[in-house]
Amino acid sequence: MDTEMDQIYQIDVGNLLAFNPNHRFSSAPSSREELVKECVTEGTKLVQAIADTLFNFPSTESVDGPLVQLPPPTTKLPREKHLPRPKPPTKWEEFALKKGIQKRKKDKIVYDETTDKFKRRHGYDRVKDDNDIPIIEAKASDEPGEDPFAKRLDDKKKRVDKQQQNRLQNLKSAAKAGALPSHVQLAASALPITGTKAQPKKLGKEELGDVAGLAATSTASGGKFDKKLPGEKPTKKQGKHHRYLPVVPRYGWVDEEKEQTNKVLGKLLSKHSHEILNVGKAINMYNDKKEKKKSGRSDKLKPKKDITKKKPYANKANK
Amino acid sequence: RKRFEVKTLGFSSLELKNLIFFLGAVGRVAEVAGKSSVMMEIRTPKTHKAKRVLEKRAPKLVENGKKTLILHGTKTSATVSSVLMELYRLKKGGAIKYSRRNENIRPFESGGETSLEFFSLKTDCSIFVYGSHTKKRPDNLVLGRMYDHHVYDLIEVGIENFKSLLSFSYDKKIAPHEGSKPFICFTGEGFENVPELKQLKEVLTDLFRGEVVENLNLTGLDRAYICTAVSPTKVFLTHCAIKLKKSGTIVPRIELVEVGPSMDLVIRRNRLPNEGLRKEAMKSSKDKPKKKVKNVDQDDVLGKLGRVYIPEQEVGKIPLPDKSKGVKRERREGKVKKNKEEGSASKKLKESE
Repeated sequence: MDTEMDQIYQIDVGNLLAFNPNHRFSSAPSSREELVKECVTEGTKLVQAIADTLFNFPSTESVDGPLVQLPPPTTKLPREKHLPRPKPPTKWEEFALKKGIQKRKKDKIVYDETTDKFKRRHGYDRVKDDNDIPIIEAKASDEPGEDPFAKRLDDKKKRVDKQQQNRLQNLKSAAKAGALPSHVQLAASALPITGTKAQPKKLGKEELGDVAGLAATSTASGGKFDKKLPGEKPTKKQGKHHRYLPVVPRYGWVDEEKEQTNKVLGKLLSKHSHEILNVGKAINMYNDKKEKKKSGRSDKLKPKKDITKKKPYANKANK
Repeated sequence: RKRFEVKTLGFSSLELKNLIFFLGAVGRVAEVAGKSSVMMEIRTPKTHKAKRVLEKRAPKLVENGKKTLILHGTKTSATVSSVLMELYRLKKGGAIKYSRRNENIRPFESGGETSLEFFSLKTDCSIFVYGSHTKKRPDNLVLGRMYDHHVYDLIEVGIENFKSLLSFSYDKKIAPHEGSKPFICFTGEGFENVPELKQLKEVLTDLFRGEVVENLNLTGLDRAYICTAVSPTKVFLTHCAIKLKKSGTIVPRIELVEVGPSMDLVIRRNRLPNEGLRKEAMKSSKDKPKKKVKNVDQDDVLGKLGRVYIPEQEVGKIPLPDKSKGVKRERREGKVKKNKEEGSASKKLKESE
């Protein structure tokens, strides 16, 4: 829009932006209100200029009102993020390019010869399901002891693992080029793959307690008076838990030692005392003990001496 | 059980306990450090929503509108906090306002941008407005932009003569709607000649622009930002509502009424982007994203062919118009009229009849 003063505004309709580079304040504005007024009037002129072009565009009617197609903005503003980088071709893509292999679209429904029906390629009741194969014909190269069905499943597993590795390698090279797809993240997992070594297990609470208990026994008092860390449980004592009876019975309480001895006596001197004792077992034990004492050694540990064998130079030494 | 005797080597039992645990931990770390190759795993989002969010935030040929992050510094005065609040209101749909103080953000210092970059990454915001108040720089506002979530450029302005939007009185009917696309007007030769003002012009355009749209609804134009270069260091910024008045032609006559906050911006410091970064950020790709046009074929003999899909029509199940008595329009309208005349209290009487 040209005015008498030959002012040309720079208008960018795509951004609804207008710039008037030629305005000069005619005189120093006397007050703030004057300044504000002048700015608003200048602004009005600019907005009018944009509206002039805007309302002259061909408009289509819509529910909300007249719609106008805006041209793309002319002022260049910096981007928010970098331009998407081209993905390096995957290993298969390179191979396909070299060999001239074209992509072929696969149908969702495939004809199944065994059942003479059309079945889907993937999913429930699919064409070549591994579980549905009734017979596998033996080949000359097959080993006698091998299970072909298990072999099939094994082969598939290996193929799937290999494919996973390939996928990882492709993604790694894409990440190197800065072109990782937006929904994928490559993260270092906690521990590296260890082929032969067993993965070190984290010490659990109980195991740690056991080890600490073992360390405690090395002290002079067997770990009984050790300073404990806050929140630590008292050491679990190994072995039998002895409860000793008090020497002097407490006033008003039952004499426990007396009770104990009375109990034993009662059992021995009772009518059915012979039933307590297993006479057969007692006899066997007594006989065994006697024999051991006789032989003077345990039969199992030492080799039996052959009495009939003579020592070669036993008597000759004495001569 | 065999007794396990440990050579104490002068350690107490307590120390031994701690040592055992530590050694166990060290053993594991040493094993990991010893291996040169680290196992990587592929992580993909488990839900569709997460996937969509990631795709939205990915770098694209045609980008989304820039979101603004509004932050407080260590100390803010009343003017600064109200400026930040009102800026947030103006940019409601595309801005995120953090309300806590951020003491470790110093945009102009080399180490003080890490927090900003982290927030920008977290909220996917590319413009930030950081307000603070110190004795040396009272009522300070730092406007900055990010490229790839790293600081691209900064400009620091001081606020003077701030008038809040609550202090303006106007007819509520012309109040601009939230999220409408604004007009942006710059007046003054300073915006062309002075490099700081040039940068400010660019930053303000980026800040106020919002989304880049192809189709615009002409009835939804109701706001304008007016920026005037009063002097080579001072810019007067105000926000006005648009009144469209009838004129003889298709183009209505425009009248601006000040509604929003108005302030004077005094240029303090700035940082321009370095040339290499600027060139990279200004790069745009020429090719448009190819849109797949479905159901259209090109045939040599017949020319352009299209495919139309019609759903199966079950003649017996076509929904017929509802001609039941109560639904007929006259009855409906009559009821509405009656209720209006006699008020809601008597409706109860009617229903009981």
